Amino acid sequence: MTGRRVNNRLTYLTLTAVAFFFTIPLYYSIVVASRDNASLASVPPPLFPGGNFFENVSRVFDTVPFGLAMLNSVLVAGTISISVMFFSTLAGFAFAKLRFRGRNILLLMTVGTMMVPTLAGIIPLYILMVKLEWVGSLYAVVVPALVNAFGVFFMTQFLSRALPTELLEAGRVDGCTTWGLVWHVVFPAARPAAAVLGMLTFMTAWNDYMWPLMVLTPENPTVQVALSTLAAGYVNDYVMGLAGTALGTLPLVIVFALLGKHIIGGIMQGAVKG
Amino acid sequence: MATRAPERAAPPRRPGGKRRLTARHWRHTVDVKASPYAYVAPFFLLFCAFGLFPIGYTLWVSLHEWTLLDDEHTFVGLENFRVLLADSYFWNATFNTLSIGLLSMLPQLLLALWLAHLLNRPLRAQNFFRITLLLPNVTSVVAVVVIFSQIFGRDFGLINWVITSFGFDGIAWRDGTLSSHVAISTMIMWRWTGYNALILLAAMQAVPRELYEAATIDGASSFTQLRKVTVPMIRPTIAFVVITSTIGSMQIFAEPLLFGAYTLTGGQDRQYQTLSLFFYENYMRLDFGFSSAISWMIFVFILIIAGINYLLTNRMKGSIR
Repeated sequence: MTGRRVNNRLTYLTLTAVAFFFTIPLYYSIVVASRDNASLASVPPPLFPGGNFFENVSRVFDTVPFGLAMLNSVLVAGTISISVMFFSTLAGFAFAKLRFRGRNILLLMTVGTMMVPTLAGIIPLYILMVKLEWVGSLYAVVVPALVNAFGVFFMTQFLSRALPTELLEAGRVDGCTTWGLVWHVVFPAARPAAAVLGMLTFMTAWNDYMWPLMVLTPENPTVQVALSTLAAGYVNDYVMGLAGTALGTLPLVIVFALLGKHIIGGIMQGAVKG
Repeated sequence: MATRAPERAAPPRRPGGKRRLTARHWRHTVDVKASPYAYVAPFFLLFCAFGLFPIGYTLWVSLHEWTLLDDEHTFVGLENFRVLLADSYFWNATFNTLSIGLLSMLPQLLLALWLAHLLNRPLRAQNFFRITLLLPNVTSVVAVVVIFSQIFGRDFGLINWVITSFGFDGIAWRDGTLSSHVAISTMIMWRWTGYNALILLAAMQAVPRELYEAATIDGASSFTQLRKVTVPMIRPTIAFVVITSTIGSMQIFAEPLLFGAYTLTGGQDRQYQTLSLFFYENYMRLDFGFSSAISWMIFVFILIIAGINYLLTNRMKGSIR
């Protein structure tokens, strides 16, 4: 039995080392963000946080419209997640539990396009935004992301497992219309998976970079666009760049640390079936 | 949310009173036959307009001389592709993309497998480890690049400090081809290893326990069990991870762009310009026909790699049986 215990200790040791390497860059970003540029040149470099964080943050707000960027990102990511949750649940329910002509081919189409890179359609999408005169406005970021194939696939998988067909039949016998079933049976049953999908979508939308960079302007940015303006224009001002990064990243990291258990459960569930 | 109910052949919410049976029956039929389409319609309308249609239209644009400034779009056939395939910058970007992709994917996959294997046993603090694994993935790409640009800095970077304190010369990470690829691969690995480990772990948990019990009785070590039991059992998931990582690595964009302080060329000698960055460089010139050709080539590369991957996994399956 000692062999197993040594083995176990080794496992803990390895995992702790890995956890260390996975968190050290985040920790170090806070160290830099709370220092001033001069102290970075010292040997050895600073390894503990200093007292300049708020000064650096106020410089971030002076340099880019960071407050607006935060507000924009919350609006964009919030709208997209609610919409994805709602429409994916509806479509997922239809695919999982209703019989209709063309169901299989439509589902196949949805799953098939999950593998297509976003880049493949990005130029026509941009031309479309120019035609709609949405370039520079949040519509250009929100509207194309209101639905996605992954969400539908995810909810289809979940509902075909978690929603008992007998429950739907019982509802039918009681005279429920399909919409009645959706409202009274499907939505309550879908809630756990929809919550996970919502959180995943929120994270993806919050972190999305290339498309917002293409259609938004530095005057009306999302957090990521504002951060890249900082990183691009103030290359040597490390402390400001990292103060902005910390500010744009920490809220999400904290939320994740609190709700992480559920999100991880969702990722792992989706993965096995995928 | 109730107010956002999609349109449909509205049957009465409460079939009230004594309506004629035929009318109710008719409404019920419409409800059952038509309403499924109403539930998938919002998704498909938006999806076709902003997802499917643009993908097909890319091909059409790529066959034209197309700039945003000009309303005339001349049909030029495959000219854009001809120019592209003769462009050495394109092949340079292809090489860089493949190099960064391989450098990040191989170690990442092995590390993820090993981590998942370690986590696939009863451990305390299971959730703590899982959450730290996924923390880098929650961090945005932009943030990751900003942080690692500092860590890989030539003069004040953390890594060069460690290297020089051992008496070696510091490395100018951005200047060399290999060194810049290593730096960018490190960023990708840091962000994605934990995520892939969790996906592999999910698959591992579905492997029947009896197989491991039998292997333990036969005296197989933990490593042998990983090689002979786990890996063959979760092969579809490994293939899934490889394919999604491939698609991701063909689209590496923020890392080279921001690592090079927002230069579109990816270093003075284009030593780390990836295909996506090459695409973006031409998009910024508003040369939409040419950029569309690039995005189609990226798509084709992904199809080829996915095809090779499919064949390889199939062959492996054949050899083991």
